[in-house]
Amino acid sequence: MVDLSVKIGKLVLKNPVMTASGTFGYGAEFDDFFDVSSLGAIIVKGTTFEPREGNPYPRMAETPSGMLNAVGLQNKGIDYFETKIYPVISRYETNVIVNVNGSNIDDYVQLTKRIEKLENIPAIELNISCPNVKMGGMAFGTNTVSAREVIRAVRDVYSRTLIVKLSPNVTNIAEFGVIAQEEGADAVSLINTLLGMAIDIKERRPKLSTVTGGLSGPAVKPVALRMVWQTAKAVSIPVIGIGGIMNADDAVEFILAGASAVQVGTASFINPVTASEVVKGIAEYLQLNGFHSPGDIVGNIKI
Amino acid sequence: MGKRVEDLIILANRQINQGFFLLEAKSLIGLPVILPGQFLQVRVDNAPQTFLRRPLSVHDVNYERDSVSLLVQVLGEGTRMLSGLKPGDTLNVIYPLGNSFTLPGKGERVMLAGGGCGMAPLLYLGRKARECGAEVSVALGFRNSSRILDFSEFRKIGEVFIATEDGTEGTRGFITDIPAFRESNWDRIYCCGPEPMMKSIAKAAGERDIFCEVSLENLMACGIGACLCCVVNTSEGHVCTCTEGPVFNIRTLLW
Repeated sequence: MVDLSVKIGKLVLKNPVMTASGTFGYGAEFDDFFDVSSLGAIIVKGTTFEPREGNPYPRMAETPSGMLNAVGLQNKGIDYFETKIYPVISRYETNVIVNVNGSNIDDYVQLTKRIEKLENIPAIELNISCPNVKMGGMAFGTNTVSAREVIRAVRDVYSRTLIVKLSPNVTNIAEFGVIAQEEGADAVSLINTLLGMAIDIKERRPKLSTVTGGLSGPAVKPVALRMVWQTAKAVSIPVIGIGGIMNADDAVEFILAGASAVQVGTASFINPVTASEVVKGIAEYLQLNGFHSPGDIVGNIKI
Repeated sequence: MGKRVEDLIILANRQINQGFFLLEAKSLIGLPVILPGQFLQVRVDNAPQTFLRRPLSVHDVNYERDSVSLLVQVLGEGTRMLSGLKPGDTLNVIYPLGNSFTLPGKGERVMLAGGGCGMAPLLYLGRKARECGAEVSVALGFRNSSRILDFSEFRKIGEVFIATEDGTEGTRGFITDIPAFRESNWDRIYCCGPEPMMKSIAKAAGERDIFCEVSLENLMACGIGACLCCVVNTSEGHVCTCTEGPVFNIRTLLW
């Protein structure tokens, strides 16, 4: 018998599959397609203290085997989240995790304090890696000093499971994983999108209103896999693998590279049922190969 | 009303002009209720260059045959590949998506204004408007006479007026130059086409205080309100074209 459950900090997930923030709305968008509660966790849209309109249209460009986005953390802020969204997502019988964003440390701290009061949110994912906002976001996650400061400040006010989402737009991502661990994070998730660009040669204009944006999809998978492998070797806290997972085989690759759990992102745009199929496929892989749990294969590659 | 992912079967694929084709695709499990103005997210083949789905509006619905028709313009690699579909091929879709046009009341005089391939969502709307007892007229704009698309189905639901930019057929100029468009007092105008065309029609309708809805075709990734890529700026801020639209009353748009 295969037991798919995994532990991330104080969290117990019924299986190692989550949805990546910003690719799964607040879950309800997928209710028509499958039972969202069957996933290990859902990570909802990036949230900020104040409402954000996001970046101007166009904020998306299709690229080979992937896409660029520059949504810019559009969301209605924590007041709206508490009153309108929280009561609805509380009905899911799985872990609902909020992706936390800010323009400065105080933003992150104030937002985290509000979310800690929400009983049905057992964890946060601290986003120090959004490439699409002028202030904060990736600016924190690409500098070791500010990354440490913001993780420490949030850890000080948050006692539940803290996941730190890392930016791939750095020379040595493992270094940031180590910092997160040193500052008491329960896990790190990686990778956020890679900073990229696309140009319309007919108009001689960038395809995104912001010029640059975040690249996601299978195009980034080999890079993400390498970064997960490097980070997993450097830290002892769980690593959550993200980046171009389109099916269970991709997810198994991440687990073999050292991820304790995975997030399905862009794939949900193309096939909304992907995350659910990945759960099934991981179970089949483990069964077929004589393993009993995902933990049996975490980092289990022959080199 | 549930959205679903389904493999439809191609019944027919007919080229209707250079670069335009009409697909008819059948549901083997029975069509869901589809409202005029709704769209499908069509998977091409997931090859590197056609990674995302393509949003295509419903041109017509035939419940007896459980089929939907899609009027498609070849614009890039994805639509070029779709143009090669043959009867019996499968077409993976997510549908029905988006809101719908507000149907007119009995006896109302409505104008359907379509620019080029923008006439796509207006045929099914026109049929429904007729069922509601509205009096339907159609104004179609094309670049020139060689770009005119087969509008014989529109003739069955109302009088059709044509405008071409070079005057090679119908009124010279744009839909807004068609005398019937300018002179009549329409109760409702429904519009789809290139953005400059929709903006000029919206302006004309706004000036005369005529109810006007437009169908937008913003770039989309998911089509189900999850990615927030297809936003349009409205009086309520940025909203998703895929879920709050694609049909918008011009009063809510910041045009």
